Amino acid sequence: MIHIRGGNVYDPANGINGEVRDIWIDGGKIVEAPPVPPGGVDVIEAEGMIVFPGGVDMHTHVAGSKENVGRKLRPEDHREHVRSRSGFLRSGSGYTVPSTFLSGYLYAEMGYTTVMEAASAPLMARHAHEELDDLPMVDKGLLVTMGNNHFIMDCVARGERERLRHYVAWLLEATRGYAVKIVNPGGVENWKWGRNVASLDDGVIGFDGVTPRKILESLAGASRDLGLPHDIHVHGLNLGQPRSAATTRETAAALDGRGSHLCHLQFLSYRGREEGHTFRSGAGPVAEAVRAAKDLTFDVGQVIFGQATTMTSDGPLEFSLHQLTGHKWVNDDVEAESGGGILPVVYDRKSRVGAEQWMTGLELFLLIDDPWRLALTTDHPNGGPFFCYPQVIRLLMDRDYRAEILASLPPKCLEGALLPDLTREYGLYEIAVITRAAPARMLGLRSKGHLGAGADADVAVYDRVNVDGTACRCSRFASCRRALSRVRHLVKGGRWVLRHGRIVEEVQGRTFYVAPGYDPALESGLREYFEQTYTVSFDNYAIVDEEIPGGEVISCGEKKRNGSF
Amino acid sequence: MSERVENVICTFCGCLCDDIIVEHDNGKILKVLRACANGQGHFREYDPSPRSPRLRGKEVSWEEAYAGASAILRESHSPLVYGLSSAVTEAQRRAIEFADRLGAVVDSTSSVCHGPTGLAMQGVGEPTCTLGEVRNRADLLLYWGCNPAASHPRHFARYSTAKGKLTPEGRRDRTMVIVDVRPTAATKAADLFLQVEQGRDFEVLAALRALVKGRPVRGESIGAIPREILISLAGRLKSCRYGVAFMGMGLTMTRGRDLNVAELFSLVSDLNDYTRFSVIPMRGHGNVAGADQVTTWQSGFPFAVSFAQGYPQYGPGEFTAVDFLARGDADAAVIIASDPVAHFPRRAADRLRTIPTIVLDPVESLTAAEATIWMPTGVAGIDTAGSSYRMDGVPLRLRPFFKAARPSDEEVLARLIEEVRR
Repeated sequence: MIHIRGGNVYDPANGINGEVRDIWIDGGKIVEAPPVPPGGVDVIEAEGMIVFPGGVDMHTHVAGSKENVGRKLRPEDHREHVRSRSGFLRSGSGYTVPSTFLSGYLYAEMGYTTVMEAASAPLMARHAHEELDDLPMVDKGLLVTMGNNHFIMDCVARGERERLRHYVAWLLEATRGYAVKIVNPGGVENWKWGRNVASLDDGVIGFDGVTPRKILESLAGASRDLGLPHDIHVHGLNLGQPRSAATTRETAAALDGRGSHLCHLQFLSYRGREEGHTFRSGAGPVAEAVRAAKDLTFDVGQVIFGQATTMTSDGPLEFSLHQLTGHKWVNDDVEAESGGGILPVVYDRKSRVGAEQWMTGLELFLLIDDPWRLALTTDHPNGGPFFCYPQVIRLLMDRDYRAEILASLPPKCLEGALLPDLTREYGLYEIAVITRAAPARMLGLRSKGHLGAGADADVAVYDRVNVDGTACRCSRFASCRRALSRVRHLVKGGRWVLRHGRIVEEVQGRTFYVAPGYDPALESGLREYFEQTYTVSFDNYAIVDEEIPGGEVISCGEKKRNGSF
Repeated sequence: MSERVENVICTFCGCLCDDIIVEHDNGKILKVLRACANGQGHFREYDPSPRSPRLRGKEVSWEEAYAGASAILRESHSPLVYGLSSAVTEAQRRAIEFADRLGAVVDSTSSVCHGPTGLAMQGVGEPTCTLGEVRNRADLLLYWGCNPAASHPRHFARYSTAKGKLTPEGRRDRTMVIVDVRPTAATKAADLFLQVEQGRDFEVLAALRALVKGRPVRGESIGAIPREILISLAGRLKSCRYGVAFMGMGLTMTRGRDLNVAELFSLVSDLNDYTRFSVIPMRGHGNVAGADQVTTWQSGFPFAVSFAQGYPQYGPGEFTAVDFLARGDADAAVIIASDPVAHFPRRAADRLRTIPTIVLDPVESLTAAEATIWMPTGVAGIDTAGSSYRMDGVPLRLRPFFKAARPSDEEVLARLIEEVRR
């Protein structure tokens, strides 16, 4: 049993806002305080410290074929960013694309205990799971890309709604996936012809009558019909382009009422200042549209100034970045399913575009007033490394700090911009919402993101005094914002794995996936489809239980509406 | 009664053909269907017998072998871990952990094969695709410095001349161009064979890049190929629907090495300004692609990694096994599933003969025969489960159909890690 004594607890899912509470842990779960404290209790003295549920990163790229190609592509990224092995802990390297063990340690040190790998082609899911197995300290799951899948687009073309639903269920189980990911629906298939889609009603080459809109609607329907714990997870059209804000407004309108999560919204919220000309933040109109679409949730994908490695299934996007920047470019077309690309970038605060992107993200954070529909992400490593989340938290909590950075941006960017006038500051409670409670709720992970009895015992304890012993210098806030940069104590699954800033135990997390069930009659048709289409036989495609040592099925059922478990 | 197993995966080469049929009885393989000659050998030479490890030529118990290995590793100040390419991913993961905890240099057979391909990719990127896009989409195939007819015999039938979604007529729907320094078994099948003068691939590739971009190229011929033919080839490359280039040792292991490959990768990148084009390196051993993957996800770098300083350092030319051995820097070696004594340049192989070596291999290779300790292990895909990565990065699960009579590489390495941590 573990007793976390006297900390200021922030547990928004249970309405606790900084009150001094004790947390009791037994058998990997949060429990009620025992009437008589038993002997042999490990006590974590948390007086004056901040107690949060373990962090939940709902959209990150930390494992799988794209992430690993990014690592291989960039020795220059790793050279000066290394960690030595120490005791039982493994060594590692990488800044924007850290190696797997290092990534696990960095998440733990930041107080995060659950991460969702946000994209793998089904054919590459086995690879993603093997890396996730080498990502210690956190529980995890995998989103599987389906927005350009030939079988699905055939079903959409023929209007076979039921067959599509069974296939989605089969595919999630075969890949041990957690949810349906859609990336630039139709656009990635068209890229295999050297093209893209620019609007929701553009055609997909080779699939009669199929449009991005129909793919989105069909998969949203299948996902809700199956009762998946997490709605379709959508990377929309025209990402990164000045017309993206307009497309995002249309997409939000099309998906409202169907249930969807729109990811890294920042990258899809730009507009041209004058028709099609320069590049400006479109956070205002996007925030307005998404405020109205009550059934949708979002994560931001904030940009961090400095190096980043873009990696996405959106193949045509990476190619246009290659044409724009000339940087080394990787593309990977995946048979009958998906595609992708990788390209290093730098977000330079002296560049107009970089500055606009940075402002766009913060404007979305500050304009969308319901934190329960918002999650903090950097779309790691696309916007910047995940371990920069504390920097984003500080930007949200401290408008003086924002002003300091704003003053260093190109003055042209500030003309007519919204951000300089946004005075909102997040409090720790809201931070706990967007980094814990809200993402857990969006993912449908009921035992994550809160500290009520029955929750997984993932608890992060932050100290006002920094881990290196220096005093925390903030005085304006009731609680310390800098302290959130590094956890003082971390309990993961009921084990006190990080003490006084040092990892004392390496633990292996679980892998969450869904098994919604499908009609076995589907399989004979699939067998034939595989022979015609794939270079892998049907028998060798699906992942088996032995391959997922920490696998845990999350049950499907009636989808709980936004705002309640 | 013999048993028949379908869709068995052959781990001989990077094609990982997964449609093999094996008939076996009483622990013996009777018949292997669909496999090429290489694959037939892989299955038919399988030795199911339990074997004892050997320590300095004498058969010993496994405990004695571990004790001997432990003594070697404790004495060593600068160990080398090498091989990996025929081991399953699970064993590779253990091998990198082993090297990390030991403070060793770790390198895979990539460094004597497609290592330059990795360097080229790190320099200029790599537009690639899975083999299914070759089957379903590609209407132009460009082979450069490789001979699949010998190295990957089923490549043509399974992927590049197979009937697919946009290629219903198979071979007839495709144009095949082969560039090599000499005619080979594969070149007969080509629509166009260009014989390039040895050592001048880079020039030809550079000329093609210029021609693709519409820049002038001087000279009547480049690398012994008439300019007019290159002009027409550039036009064909630009006007195909979906092109795929394949490349092999003819580019990586001849003068220019990674520069040759980078020039081909750049040509392929450039072609995407006009049409769609991808490149797939023809990887050799069954899971050499997996070795790159695992080494990268655990350390950040694909091969030639030193953990001697406590953290991963990347050093092609420094920590590549041949260089590390030839310089005399290794004072012990753990060789996993490869035969460097047979394949390395003499100076490196000689060094291996003078230092203590621990060899994990199902077969008694030349390296195993001369090893201080030989640990005979199981064969992945026959008696051991695990995953392997195809040359295009597609991961497959190997399903054993025999019960193992020997420990797996993974088990042996796990035990060696225990010995090191003690």
